[in-house]
Amino acid sequence: MNRILKYVMLDIVKSKLVIGYTLILALLSWSLFSLEDNSAKAVLSLTNVVLLVVPLVTVIFSTIYMYNAAEFIELLASQPLKRVSIWTGFFLGLSAALVTALILGLGLPLLLYADFAMAAVLLTTGIMMSLIFVSLGLWVSSMTRDKARGISTAIFVWLFFAVLFDGLMLLLLFQFSDYPIEKTMIGLTAFSPVDLCRILILLQLDVSALMGFTGALFRDFFGSTKGEWVAFGLLTLWVVIPFYFSTKKFRLKDL
Amino acid sequence: MIEVVNLHKKFGKFSALSNIHLVLEAGHCIALVGPNGCGKTTLIKCLLGLVVPQQGQILIRGQASIHQHSHRAYLGYMPQIGRYPGNLSIAQLIEMVRNLRPQQAHYDEELIDSLGISSILSKKMSSLSGGTIQKVSAILAFLFDPDILILDEPTAGLDPLSSEILKQKIEKAVKQGKLVLITSHILSELDELVTEVVFMQEGQIVLHRPVHQLIKETGETKLSKAILSILQSKEHHE
Amino acid sequence: MILVNRFLLYLLFIIPSALFAAHFEVGRDKPHHTLKSVLQLAKDHDTIWVDRGLYAEGNIVIDKSVVIIGRNWPVIDGQKKSEIFSIKASHVTLKGLVVKGSNYASLDDPAAIKVYDAAYVTIEGNRLDDNFFGIYLQYSKHTLIKNNVIKAYGKEEQMIGNGIHCWKSDSLQIIGNTISGHRDGIYFEFVTHSVIWRNVSHNNIRYGLHFMFSNNDAYISNVFKQNGSGVAVMFTKNVIMINNHFIENWGDASYGLLLKEISDCHILGNRFNSNTAGIYLEGVSRARIEDNTFNDNGWGMKIQASCMDNVIHKNDFRSNTFDVSTNGDLVLNTFERNYWDKYEGYDLNKDGTGDVPYHPLSLFSKIAETNPSAMLLFRSFIVVLMDRSEKVMPSLTPDNFIDLYPRMKPVFT
Repeated sequence: MNRILKYVMLDIVKSKLVIGYTLILALLSWSLFSLEDNSAKAVLSLTNVVLLVVPLVTVIFSTIYMYNAAEFIELLASQPLKRVSIWTGFFLGLSAALVTALILGLGLPLLLYADFAMAAVLLTTGIMMSLIFVSLGLWVSSMTRDKARGISTAIFVWLFFAVLFDGLMLLLLFQFSDYPIEKTMIGLTAFSPVDLCRILILLQLDVSALMGFTGALFRDFFGSTKGEWVAFGLLTLWVVIPFYFSTKKFRLKDL
Repeated sequence: MIEVVNLHKKFGKFSALSNIHLVLEAGHCIALVGPNGCGKTTLIKCLLGLVVPQQGQILIRGQASIHQHSHRAYLGYMPQIGRYPGNLSIAQLIEMVRNLRPQQAHYDEELIDSLGISSILSKKMSSLSGGTIQKVSAILAFLFDPDILILDEPTAGLDPLSSEILKQKIEKAVKQGKLVLITSHILSELDELVTEVVFMQEGQIVLHRPVHQLIKETGETKLSKAILSILQSKEHHE
Repeated sequence: MILVNRFLLYLLFIIPSALFAAHFEVGRDKPHHTLKSVLQLAKDHDTIWVDRGLYAEGNIVIDKSVVIIGRNWPVIDGQKKSEIFSIKASHVTLKGLVVKGSNYASLDDPAAIKVYDAAYVTIEGNRLDDNFFGIYLQYSKHTLIKNNVIKAYGKEEQMIGNGIHCWKSDSLQIIGNTISGHRDGIYFEFVTHSVIWRNVSHNNIRYGLHFMFSNNDAYISNVFKQNGSGVAVMFTKNVIMINNHFIENWGDASYGLLLKEISDCHILGNRFNSNTAGIYLEGVSRARIEDNTFNDNGWGMKIQASCMDNVIHKNDFRSNTFDVSTNGDLVLNTFERNYWDKYEGYDLNKDGTGDVPYHPLSLFSKIAETNPSAMLLFRSFIVVLMDRSEKVMPSLTPDNFIDLYPRMKPVFT
């Protein structure tokens, strides 16, 4: 598996896309930090990068990469290697490459300019986002052989978590505004990794007090250490579950 | 060497392989023949584990191979159309495949020189012609000196000279007691090599005979004609 | 001229008092060892000098118009057993003392220094440490509380009293004190015609300053920092608030300044920095809110629909999460010529005023106001999209919640 990981990483690093991704992240964060006199504002903008740009790039890149690597996968699959190892190798290789890009592009300026706790939370959620959307990208690519369909599914996955899910939440909120639905809402966030990450970042950004003003329950839940661990655990599940299903699919896939 | 028992494979509703029974022994060169879409490639891919059958057993060197991977160490595979990561050079590709099988001690690199690849090792895979890719596929198939060679249309895109070199290589392998499984449309090219013929049609094995028996039964000298006549006689019986 | 004036003053006041008033000295190696014994001997207008040392004499009642001055910070210790100074005469002065350890009682509110129905009391330059109430005035007039440092270590609201507590008093001056760790830093109830100036009230559990039913007062140039909830002004009219700093009053349901059921107040030139809500207004009418700056607050202003006829004029709103919010559709207040950093309009005629009116109310802040659960979606992409489209085409937020003449540049830089 280590060897597979190595070759996948080498292959990805050679592609200009990941280098471009790193540069864009770096450009965004350096310029944000140098243009904004208030580093908190820059961090806020970077939050959107972590919550929107990172998932979009990650899920589309991984999906496309998996389709383009069909030959590579076939070659590997005809060698005496376990299918699970091949798949895990691809997952780890993609994750490692994209996380490295994230750390270089976003992590360095964050650690230099933002305060440490903030940088840590933003970077951790960014890394989780990368892992989750690599995992989802792999899942999408394992579902269909049709590249065009796969890529459009990947875009839809992103759209769903970035926009539609919150829209549905909002709709639900209006429909049931007369009922005590805070707990349901908290429960529902478990179904969107983007929301989980956003809330974790918000709490660190100290807008927690704003939440306290309106719905103390959110803060009591997510603001507590236990809540943070629960959120983190859920994010881990978001990495593991899609990966598990895609592995299952790949084990039985005809190449 | 290879034993296939009651193998079934469906792609959706289409039945690609049904009720395949096959025993192949070492030291033979078997021609797997049949019309396009008869299931040859699917069968080969099943042997390799690239395609997972719904039902049945495949034993390679006595060991069940479905969902396993270790048997592939005994298999050398040359695909019909080789598809390789485009941004690797030939040398890197060979190096990578070697690296992926660290337990291998002995390599057979004869074809690299004889097929004239050694001078273009630094070329990227994406820049190669179809024929050159075939050559690379052949090199990879023989690289680990496997006991079983599965060659899908090995000479299809090759120039006559290279085709001849490859044939000699195959002949040598058979003489060393390896099992060679070849699919081909153009049987005439392989006449002198083949010891057994397996004929497939619509996902089923219609015929499996040693060549000498086939010749004797039909009285034909050409293999292709022998097959043709036996098929016709079969139809006649039915 | 000045010299002559001073001389006359000296002649008129100081000489007579020196002639008729006696001096007492208290200390370990002085004729008197306890304050109580001296107070028995002293008469009105006498001066008592207290030397360095520890005086644990229980409750000390001052019922004569005396001046008590500490030398080198003598410590008057209530040992957590009783109230310490009970001032029951007018024209008393306490100066230079360390007063610590009043007892805790929920019924009669013991204090380090309590003034009972007395006028012209001066409490100046004392250090009050670890008391239940610090300075407590009831029915007092013309009293001066100046340059005291009042410190306590309260953890819970009901276990600690206020730093400076004033009840039913008039014409007070509270100047230059530093108060921390009490329930409310300064507390006013039924106090009129008084001024609170240049105090620093920080890290108190409830409010930095708390006004109830206290009309015609002013507080100027004070700093309220990191209190449970800044300043509360309730059920009051004609209060003037100028040049105060409300800083980092940050926490659940916290605010810089809470205004509730007040009218005719003037809020001028204050700074609101990093509060959960800069100003929270409920039932406020005819207030002028001018020349203030709101920076880095969760909400700059939360104006409830019960407010009317207020003028919000020439303020700066910068990097607040929400500049303003309201809970209704009725807008009876005027926003004019404020600077909004979120304003994206243009100024073609270069008169410093944006050519396009500004709608400071974001749709999401309105949604969150009526539907607190929505806060969970704060800063999500859909909410940002919604706010954007609402800015372009206001349809759900009230049309008349508008600044017709938004400034292009801040009032203060």
